[in-house]
Amino acid sequence: MEKGKGLARRWAVEFAENSSYSSSTSDVPDPIGFNRSASDPDDANASRQKKDAESAWKAQKAWEVAQAPFKNLLMMGFMMWMAGSTVHLFSIGITFSALWQPISALQGVGKVFEPYKDSKVDILAPKLLFIALNLAALALGVWKLNTLGLLPTHASDWVSSLPPAPEVEYSGGGLPIH
Amino acid sequence: MAIRAFLGLMILLLFSSTISTALFEDQVGLADWHQKYIGKVKHAVFHTQKTGRKRVVVSTEENVVASLDLRTGDIFWRHVLGKIDRIDQVEIVLGKYVVTLSSGGGILRAWNLPDGQMIWESILQVSASSKSLLYVSANMNVGKDNLILVFGGSLIHALSSTDGQIVWRKELSTNSLEIQQVFQPHDSDTIYALGFIGSSEFVAYYVNYKTGEVLEQSKASFESGFCGEASLVSDDVVVALDASRTYLVSISFRNGVINFHQMYIPELIPEFSGKATLLPSMHNGILAVDIASTIVMLRVKGVNELKIIEKINHPSAISDALPLSKEQQAFAILQHDESRIHYKVKFDTDLTSEIVWSREDGLASIVDSTTSELPVEKEGVSVAEVEHSLFEWLKGHFLKLKGTLMLANPDEVAAIQAIRLKSFEKNKMTRDHNGFRKLIIVLTRAGKVLALHTGDGRVVWSVLLPVLRKSETCGNPFALNVYQWQVPHHHAMHENPSVVVVGRCGHNFDAPGILSIIDSYTGKVHNSLVLEHSVRHIMPLPFTDSTEQHLHIVIDDNLHAHLYPKTSDSVKIFIDEMPNIYWYSVEVGKNIIKGYSLELKGELDMAENDFQPKELWSIVFPSASEKIALTATRKMNEIVHTQAKIIADQDVMYKYISKNILFVATVAPKAAGEIGSVTPEEAWLYAYLIDTVSGRILHRVSHQGAQGPIHAVMSENWVVYHYFNLRAHRYEMSVIEIYDQSREDNKDVWKLVLGKHNLTAPISTYSKPEVTVKSQSYFFTHSVKSMAVTATAKGITSKQLLIGTIGDQVLALDKRFLDPRRSVNPTQSEKEEGIIPLTDSLPIVPQSFVTHALQVEGLRGIVTTPAKLESTSLVFSYGVDLFFTRIAPSRTYDSLTEDFSYALLLLTIVALVAALLVTWALSEKKELREKWR
Repeated sequence: MEKGKGLARRWAVEFAENSSYSSSTSDVPDPIGFNRSASDPDDANASRQKKDAESAWKAQKAWEVAQAPFKNLLMMGFMMWMAGSTVHLFSIGITFSALWQPISALQGVGKVFEPYKDSKVDILAPKLLFIALNLAALALGVWKLNTLGLLPTHASDWVSSLPPAPEVEYSGGGLPIH
Repeated sequence: MAIRAFLGLMILLLFSSTISTALFEDQVGLADWHQKYIGKVKHAVFHTQKTGRKRVVVSTEENVVASLDLRTGDIFWRHVLGKIDRIDQVEIVLGKYVVTLSSGGGILRAWNLPDGQMIWESILQVSASSKSLLYVSANMNVGKDNLILVFGGSLIHALSSTDGQIVWRKELSTNSLEIQQVFQPHDSDTIYALGFIGSSEFVAYYVNYKTGEVLEQSKASFESGFCGEASLVSDDVVVALDASRTYLVSISFRNGVINFHQMYIPELIPEFSGKATLLPSMHNGILAVDIASTIVMLRVKGVNELKIIEKINHPSAISDALPLSKEQQAFAILQHDESRIHYKVKFDTDLTSEIVWSREDGLASIVDSTTSELPVEKEGVSVAEVEHSLFEWLKGHFLKLKGTLMLANPDEVAAIQAIRLKSFEKNKMTRDHNGFRKLIIVLTRAGKVLALHTGDGRVVWSVLLPVLRKSETCGNPFALNVYQWQVPHHHAMHENPSVVVVGRCGHNFDAPGILSIIDSYTGKVHNSLVLEHSVRHIMPLPFTDSTEQHLHIVIDDNLHAHLYPKTSDSVKIFIDEMPNIYWYSVEVGKNIIKGYSLELKGELDMAENDFQPKELWSIVFPSASEKIALTATRKMNEIVHTQAKIIADQDVMYKYISKNILFVATVAPKAAGEIGSVTPEEAWLYAYLIDTVSGRILHRVSHQGAQGPIHAVMSENWVVYHYFNLRAHRYEMSVIEIYDQSREDNKDVWKLVLGKHNLTAPISTYSKPEVTVKSQSYFFTHSVKSMAVTATAKGITSKQLLIGTIGDQVLALDKRFLDPRRSVNPTQSEKEEGIIPLTDSLPIVPQSFVTHALQVEGLRGIVTTPAKLESTSLVFSYGVDLFFTRIAPSRTYDSLTEDFSYALLLLTIVALVAALLVTWALSEKKELREKWR
């Protein structure tokens, strides 16, 4: 029956990788020393290993990214120390960049960790670290702003625009006019 | 918000640089103007030689001696003598010197006629009680040593006219001789000196002109006595008035024989009643007699014949006779007619006359001033004639641009300067955005009110108040002050603001008062009235009625108060506010300050409008040790921006800001005289700060060894005063700053953030505020004539003191120099705050004279007005001269300077845009080429 079928069709190209044909290919003996039954589980194992490695790498990267603001923090601290505590163009620029960088980083926190998103990778901890470090940088910036005297933390900042209190009594007179 | 941040940044930048207020030479006259005056003329001497410029030499009531161009009225030269050095007489000698006699005959000076340089000065010993006169012989010959005679009392001095040396000095009599006339008959060496001894004896002396030797003397007594006035009508006849001023006595003294002839005035002039006065001699046989508002001209023929030539009714002034030729004489008469002046020139023979020039010299005697806004620019009213055409504008800016790029030739530079000086913009008669254009309304001593434009100082309108003229109801009226009466805000387009002029009939405090309301834009007198009561104080109240008229309280001599305007509306407003209105009176003579409140007994009578005083407190200074020398208060319309003063390390001090503080300075009675009249041990000065509502003395400080004259200025929470330190032999300035201790606890930030504080709650002086005081003293080089402080629209800009120096200039001194927190070594944070290290004396920077190279002769007052632009304050200083400028104590941080080149800015922008386009096209091309490669 199988032969009769073969007679009716001189040749055939099977594009689909069919299991039935794979079985026919399995008719072809495997090369000596090749153990198909042995190789199959081994292959699956390798891919799993690969996946593990990737997720590990992703987790490592995520941690690295999360720790990146720390270096930034140190550098910013150094720059701030260099800028001094008087208000001028340089110190204002540095302070505002120190405020802006953490804020923009915090805004894009989802995007930063996007490539490392994985069902198996836990990016919450690095995210939290990242946020914490950026908040620290922000705090540093705010602290700098305060040392420059640009934060309204003193009573003087709130009373300087208060108008004089109105007076109840009115008094006039003086020397007799002459 | 962005603008505010920008402003803040600008202020920050400004504070980091040192502030200086110098002016470049080509900026003179851009914002300032200076006008020269001489004042009301007392004497005039005409110099009308055939050759050379014709001029008139005048001396004035402001103690100015000046030479004017007779054709145009311009000043050739002038000198302002000191206040105590009053000019008695002025003459021209030898056709080349002007001789002035001043200080009651004590000082004789000769000035060069063409240029006014002083040639010589000599000091004469005269008795203080008698009036001195100057006699210069009419027939002087050039080349001969001519004498100038000064006579007064019984003394005659003869001085050489070339060098002022006393040639001879003669005391004619030891009795109480009063020489009335000295003259020299034509071509003789004898001078006649005529006078009275006592009140009844007439004396004639004949004195040798060269030596002063008395050749002959004759006396005769007149039983009914003389009143001491005499007028020389011819070479041998003198007309005098008898003691009762009802008889004219003609005295002839020909050849040493004295004859009297008396005429009863009512016989001569039937309508005569009262007392007569002789006017200065018209000479040529004409006598002028003033009989109660009429001047009668009499021709004297011989001894006993008098004929009335003319009667002039209600004249206000009559001039001396002016010889036109050998025989002809003319004199002028001034008469008031409502608000106009009639000017008549009378001649011996008929001639016609016309006015060639006139000078507005009342401006040399300003008594008070105020300012008024100009009309709002109305839509539909064309201002095209004052605007530049576009082409002109472009041309002007192109020229300016050339100047900025230093491409202009000298002609163009001059053209640029001319454009800047007569900018149409600053002389417009409408309100401007910056508030630089205003009207200065000034009141002069003569009762004339004038409005000056701040742009160029021209007189916009002037009015001679008819109510300030002598009349039956008002004997001797004079002007006192000018105040704002109505300032329309709601109807600024339709209503004009008005001012009120306050005057008084007579110099006594019980004389009736005068009020006159004048439109500020046109000078039209709305309403004038002579009050039924006197004017002792006038208090402008901070309230307005429904028509926006300011309420004024007038306190009369019986201490009763009267409210103006007298409308039911204003009375209603006033009655509501009355419990909170107080007033005080400083009585210098009694050494007392008394405080009162107002009360209403019974029902208010609208016609009477009379409120009674209720005495609340009085402060009596011990007259054995203290005498009130000066008082000062804050300006009523001063605006303060904040109540807090931020000091180093962000700390806050609360200013004690009250309009009811009075600064009083008292001196030792002994030391009230001139500097140096007492030893330092006998002199002291006490400075008081008194609350005028409750009478509480807030602060008192003594300065041992200090003496007046004292000048003081008060603003915000500080007072600065100037006096002489006898121990250090230098002038000193002290500053007192007052702070409110009871508000000191308001330092909790959260409470302030949430608004839980009472800093803006209304305060009453009865709540007994605790005050602390900081003060400091510094030496100051100049003596001071007047002091003022700058005023700005919102009170944000730092203040400058304006000091009128003895050299008649105005010096601007930063208040920062008078900061009691100055110390020798300020800390870093204090330095950041802008505190200047303490020095013993205040610096005088030559660049900070706001009058730059000019002098405001006879400086009497400095007035500051805020402009709308916060950085700028308008300064008007007056004396004999007027000077106006605007100053910016912290520089103009809120506007571009006037000479900012808009054309250059435009050009730069255009060039940048062009460069942008070109480079963009080039880069596009290059990119394309790169891509094809």
